Amino acid sequence: MIIDPVTLIVALITVSTPVLLAAIGELVVEKAGVLNLGVEGMMIMGAVCGFVTAHHTGSPLMAFVAGMGGAAALAMLFAVLTQLLMANQVASGLALTLFGLGLAALIGVGYGGLPVPPVSRPFPEALRDIPVAGPILFSHSTLTYVALILVAAVWYVLTRTRIGLILRAVGENHDAAHALGYKVVRIRILAILFGGACAGLGGAFLSVVRVQNWFEGMTAGAGWIALALVVFASWKPWRVLLGAWLFGGIAALQLRLQAVEVGVPVALLDASPYLVTILVLVIISSDRSRAALNAPAALGRVFHASS
Amino acid sequence: MKPVTRLLASAAIAAGLALPAAAQDPFTVGFVYVGSTGDMGWNFTHDQARQAMDAHFGEAVDTVFVENVAEGPDAERVLRQMILGGADMIFTTSFGFGEATNAVAGQFPDVYFEHATGYMREHPNVSTYSGRFYEGRAVIGHIAGHMTESNIIGYIASYPIPEVIMGINSAYLHARAVNPDVEMRVVWTYTWMDPAVETDAAQALIDAGADVIMQHTDSTAPQVVAQEAGIISFGQANDMFQFAPRPRVASIIDNWTPYYIRRVGEAMEGTWEQSDTWEGIPEGMVLIGEMTEAIPAEVRASAQAMIDAIAAGEYHPFTGPINRQDGTAWLAEGEIADDGTLAGMNFYVEGITGEIPN
Repeated sequence: MIIDPVTLIVALITVSTPVLLAAIGELVVEKAGVLNLGVEGMMIMGAVCGFVTAHHTGSPLMAFVAGMGGAAALAMLFAVLTQLLMANQVASGLALTLFGLGLAALIGVGYGGLPVPPVSRPFPEALRDIPVAGPILFSHSTLTYVALILVAAVWYVLTRTRIGLILRAVGENHDAAHALGYKVVRIRILAILFGGACAGLGGAFLSVVRVQNWFEGMTAGAGWIALALVVFASWKPWRVLLGAWLFGGIAALQLRLQAVEVGVPVALLDASPYLVTILVLVIISSDRSRAALNAPAALGRVFHASS
Repeated sequence: MKPVTRLLASAAIAAGLALPAAAQDPFTVGFVYVGSTGDMGWNFTHDQARQAMDAHFGEAVDTVFVENVAEGPDAERVLRQMILGGADMIFTTSFGFGEATNAVAGQFPDVYFEHATGYMREHPNVSTYSGRFYEGRAVIGHIAGHMTESNIIGYIASYPIPEVIMGINSAYLHARAVNPDVEMRVVWTYTWMDPAVETDAAQALIDAGADVIMQHTDSTAPQVVAQEAGIISFGQANDMFQFAPRPRVASIIDNWTPYYIRRVGEAMEGTWEQSDTWEGIPEGMVLIGEMTEAIPAEVRASAQAMIDAIAAGEYHPFTGPINRQDGTAWLAEGEIADDGTLAGMNFYVEGITGEIPN
């Protein structure tokens, strides 16, 4: 009995979508020089807001908008704390995760198990029946394609446009950007909101599309994997996609190896995505110059116009 | 603290304890859940039983609960906090709370402890209780064996502990009894509840050819996947009737309410004694949810006959001849498994091809 590669690829693309959405958002935030460790909290806010809205309105589109909105509202809190009140970003981010988990649990009380509308898929049944290419290319839900388009868009904007150049300038040297007349704080707030919306979309995908239910703490660490992915990808959009598929692939593969009874230690397989994360972080941080090569120079530093 | 103030403080405490009003306080019962009460599965059913027990006693009993408590040392903190908050009796409702329950029970000998699915009773104030879920697994195994067309049953398992292994064995034995070609594929998720992982596990099993999904995890996530794939599944812990008539064709329901009412009543009257309760279909702690029209009528009839035989005490799901996976004899013809072996079951029965992770 061997594993069917087609279903494996389909599964890994689905599994990686929430993490990919959150990671590409966080990449933009970090490119602007802000370290927001609150991804997990924003994701779960997106999950709960999306689910509650889907249940009440019956519209998946409204659910995704609400998921983005809920998480962006949480991100706004972070933006106010770190950009206007100049609080420490690491502490604020961690607090944001704890706050988001708690607030989401509060909002979601009583919603577990309620029905949500089915989410339609963009491509017709006939296309999905094409062997091999059909399931891999045309069987996914709209958000999966949105995530891919978002990666391409972020890459294009960051590397090929003036807006991207300004954003990177703010992230590399906020004093110089400020001296040139760019509104550092405003740009950073917008980036933080974008990151929040992306994380929220990832969370809403999880609750509305993939699991179709709300459970407290349902993101189960996906936000942290997204954070690790950004470092893993050394702040490059296409590598984020590659990393997300790698992580999703390991997760999907280990379950399939078990299902076809290949004798590999389960505990090791189960821990493998986290082991790879640690390994990658160790490798990257072992060489300071290499890590510093791509990290935005002003990452995590507080900006004050007078300094 | 100065000696005088300390004296005053202890006097105040002593006075507080001696107040007659303390005796009229409602009896406070705490519940510690490993997951969320909204999981619509294991924790949901415990919480339903808590509410029913609370309603049964009215003002005489107060209940408190804490959700999403991690198995391990942190549970001790939660337990202590609950006791300092006034709990007189605590139900810890997951296997992994065993050590924490016993550790805290030793420090608070006046508080009653009830640990679900556990085996450790190191102090006289700790009891354990569980359901004979393998009786329910036998029934759904019987149905699955009849209904599978691919002859592959997918089983989403949580942790490799005796209770879970027992369920896999029971389901497999009764599926094989009616369908000798049946195979059991087990995926270990190492979690009681992680909807995303449960979803992926269900999908992995379906991709490997399974057309029946059984779960020993707490959320309804696998039911959604089964529904999309057009295969069948069984409700776990809770009826999960929102997925009937398909994919959920039947369910194993945990019914804790009678036990909670009985034990809290005994604790209040002072007749509570340490015990190791293991009840199943005959006592009503394990129920089989409605079998839907999706099951052929004759299979429903034979499944009902099995339920009736178990309820009447005429049939035990682990009745020999049964061999272990390695081919050695476990139970001879007509021999019935003793509770001790079941409670420590760490082997698959003959015919299951996978390996139990260690």
